Amino acid sequence: MATKASRSAARFMIAPAVVLLLGWMLVPLIMTLWFSFTKYLPLRGDSIDRGLDWVGFANYGRFLSSSSFWPSVQTTLVMVGGVLLITLVLGILLAILLDQPMWGQGVVRILVIAPFFVMPTVSALVWKNMLMDPVNGIFAHLWRFFGAEPVAWLQDASLSSIIMIVSWQWLPFATLILLTAIQSLDSEQLEAAEMDGAPVLKRFWHIVLPHLARAITIVVLIQTIFLLSIFAEIFVTTGGAFGTRTLTYLIFQRVIDSQNIGLGSAGGVYAIILANIVAIFLMRIVGKNLDA
Amino acid sequence: MGQIQLKQVTKSFGDVQVIPPLDLTIQDGEFTVFVGPSGCGKSTLLRLIAGLEDITTGHIEIDGQDATDVVPAKRGLAMVFQSYALYPHMSVRKNIAFPLRMAKLDQAEITKRVERAASVLNLTDYLDRRPGQLSGGQRQRVAIGRAIVRDPAAFLFDEPLSNLDAALRVGMRLEISELHKRLETTMVYVTHDQVEAMTMADKIVVLQAGVIEQVGTPLELYHTPQNTFVAGFIGSPKMNLMTGEEAAKHNAHTIGVRPEHIDVVESGGQWQGTVGVAEHLGSDTFFHIHNTGLAETMTVRAIGDVNLKHGDTIHMTPRVSEIHRFGADGLRIE
Amino acid sequence: MSRTVTTQRKMITTAAAWTIGLVIFFPIYWTILTSFKTEAQAINDPPLFFAFDWTLENYALVQERSDYMKFLWNSVIIAGGSTILGILVAIPAAWSMAFVPSRRTKDILLWMLSTKMLPAVGVLYPISLIFVEFNLLDTRGGLVVVLMLINLPIIVWMLYTYFKEIPGEILEAARMDGATLKEEILYVLTPMAIPGIASTILLNFILAWNEAFWTLNLTAANAAPLTAFIASYSSPEGLFFAKLSAASTMAITPILILGWFSQKQLVRGLTFGAVK
Repeated sequence: MATKASRSAARFMIAPAVVLLLGWMLVPLIMTLWFSFTKYLPLRGDSIDRGLDWVGFANYGRFLSSSSFWPSVQTTLVMVGGVLLITLVLGILLAILLDQPMWGQGVVRILVIAPFFVMPTVSALVWKNMLMDPVNGIFAHLWRFFGAEPVAWLQDASLSSIIMIVSWQWLPFATLILLTAIQSLDSEQLEAAEMDGAPVLKRFWHIVLPHLARAITIVVLIQTIFLLSIFAEIFVTTGGAFGTRTLTYLIFQRVIDSQNIGLGSAGGVYAIILANIVAIFLMRIVGKNLDA
Repeated sequence: MGQIQLKQVTKSFGDVQVIPPLDLTIQDGEFTVFVGPSGCGKSTLLRLIAGLEDITTGHIEIDGQDATDVVPAKRGLAMVFQSYALYPHMSVRKNIAFPLRMAKLDQAEITKRVERAASVLNLTDYLDRRPGQLSGGQRQRVAIGRAIVRDPAAFLFDEPLSNLDAALRVGMRLEISELHKRLETTMVYVTHDQVEAMTMADKIVVLQAGVIEQVGTPLELYHTPQNTFVAGFIGSPKMNLMTGEEAAKHNAHTIGVRPEHIDVVESGGQWQGTVGVAEHLGSDTFFHIHNTGLAETMTVRAIGDVNLKHGDTIHMTPRVSEIHRFGADGLRIE
Repeated sequence: MSRTVTTQRKMITTAAAWTIGLVIFFPIYWTILTSFKTEAQAINDPPLFFAFDWTLENYALVQERSDYMKFLWNSVIIAGGSTILGILVAIPAAWSMAFVPSRRTKDILLWMLSTKMLPAVGVLYPISLIFVEFNLLDTRGGLVVVLMLINLPIIVWMLYTYFKEIPGEILEAARMDGATLKEEILYVLTPMAIPGIASTILLNFILAWNEAFWTLNLTAANAAPLTAFIASYSSPEGLFFAKLSAASTMAITPILILGWFSQKQLVRGLTFGAVK
């Protein structure tokens, strides 16, 4: 299958994809790196044509020492961690439930998977208004029904609310992957453990969970990468107010709202480094799978 | 026409040379079989001829034309693969027509040729089925049909029968032989089964580790194996090879006698041993014999049903004229 | 598992699963239901689950207010265009990697995946500058290219895993039958991989349809797709629940239906074959 002719054809055929992605990666990356070392305030007349002032690592220092930086990192971590925890725990339970024999399994699957296909702006707005509105939202009705005072979700519990919305969007993904993994578990293994006298919880702990380890890792890594760059959900709900400003959103504000490109770019470089740390672990796992 | 010549052909994968310099001529119309144990390079050699692999050095000529750098599609060869490699999304008709479509023949000609090939191969009733709906033997015939429609200079077969069950294999063997007689086109056939090689070939090429051990007609290989490898490989059951004292008596390092060239006698034979397993086929009986002092086990064929059991002592006499003698280098001594 | 399950147990799991399924689906259900109410009914206390006058006026109002069809058309062009363009670039690349693998193939595949991990916000400004430079801001063409690039790694990966399952001997047979490389890919590989290609198209269409960073940041009036259409409802204006619901329903329905068809491929596509 490998002749000189086919190998040169292969190089020729892979070239467009490689060149496109290389350009897509390198050009903006180099520009961001460059900007991050300059004073670049377009509103004050800085522009590439006139030449940008080199400021060394000043932007990196300022971004780190700004009063919004650490809170934004904390917000990011709480949000990512919270969503991961909720989607994983509920995802595992739901996957086990859906693996049981029942009537109408296909329909339930469709119901559970649906949120994943709702575009982020829609789910954020629907939750913000239809469910979480302190006057007319369903939750407010529910609270009043039980005689409680309705909560102004996106003001008083803003971060938890966003975690709830994002978890709702990602629970289907976690459930679906974990369900696929559970279905590949050899039922004879479980039966053998049952014959050996292991009770249900022990069976779950010693057999089901280790079997799911790989799927859980994948869920964690892929969700982390997407969650780190959560944007639309914050954009249309709080706009970064009430303690919901994540690192991504902070960078966005620096670049777009305050038009401080140098500072925003330095933040962007931090975000890229952060994402790459996660990505390296994901690559390891996916790469191993390539050999198998 | 379909003469294929390999001139000083070598093939390396990375640093490993799997085929050292090799010369071979396959005459037009000849049925040539490459045979050897698995990993001997026979399939690689076939793929080199097909053009599916590049040769590392040397030349390949087809009908006197240098084909070394010609792509597979332009070599005018047809190939039947071990897995049949039928196009699963096309009907049998479209499968067989595919090479003709690629050759841009007009539709009437394609239809004519496909129907002719189908009738030759008894596939007429299956033309509109998909490969998935056919049995193994039928798929095999479709693969052959796809090869014959475009009148190639030569056919290449890569272990085509190894996926069929034993009974079907014998049948297909005959069909391919008959096809060769009728078409008189060059065929190059790769197999690890020496029975297939013996029954089908005009010329057998025995390969080991990429090296040609011997080239000849089936009977030449049977009667005058040029070395101990060929002697042991060709013939079923295998030739008995002995070294040591017994070989020295014949002024050789190794001697070989085929099981069918040893006579079982009542008593006083030249060699004695203990019967291990006796295989009674009715027409013949094969004895596997231990404790001969000559070789670990020996195999002997007796005509008809000879009544010796496990543990009995057996007396044997080899036919002196049928003893093959080999030197210390493994080569035949005349 | 060949074990018989008691009817009672099956009933309990069925009830539990359906309850949870309906709770998860509720926001979508509620949105669709509200879209058929009047604005007054939409905020009625207690909430109206039935017995209201079904009306389609919200759909008409939404179309009137912001020309839904234009946004829909932009979404279709952007999602469809980027997917098709991506497939055209990815098929040859996936062919190379699946059938003529070299020592570098694995590295290239992983590198492609790594470009997907680049946080968009980190390169937002450079991309905007490039868009301004080439007059691509607020054009569908520009978004088609960007979304094609961000989804290209997934497309290549998905096609690669599907192509790997096709035996190389069949392509060799085509080559022996006189097919050129183009014919080999067109007449043999592509038809054999149709199911895989279809699910790749489906999943990437969905991903592009729902993409809400670049589509929000690189469009204004002309090329804005449905993500931006909905975002325009983020500042409330009087009674608007029913209209928001109608707009949301229109934005998600097409993709919800496609999504249900592609749920199996979702796992494989988004985990890059690591979970099957």
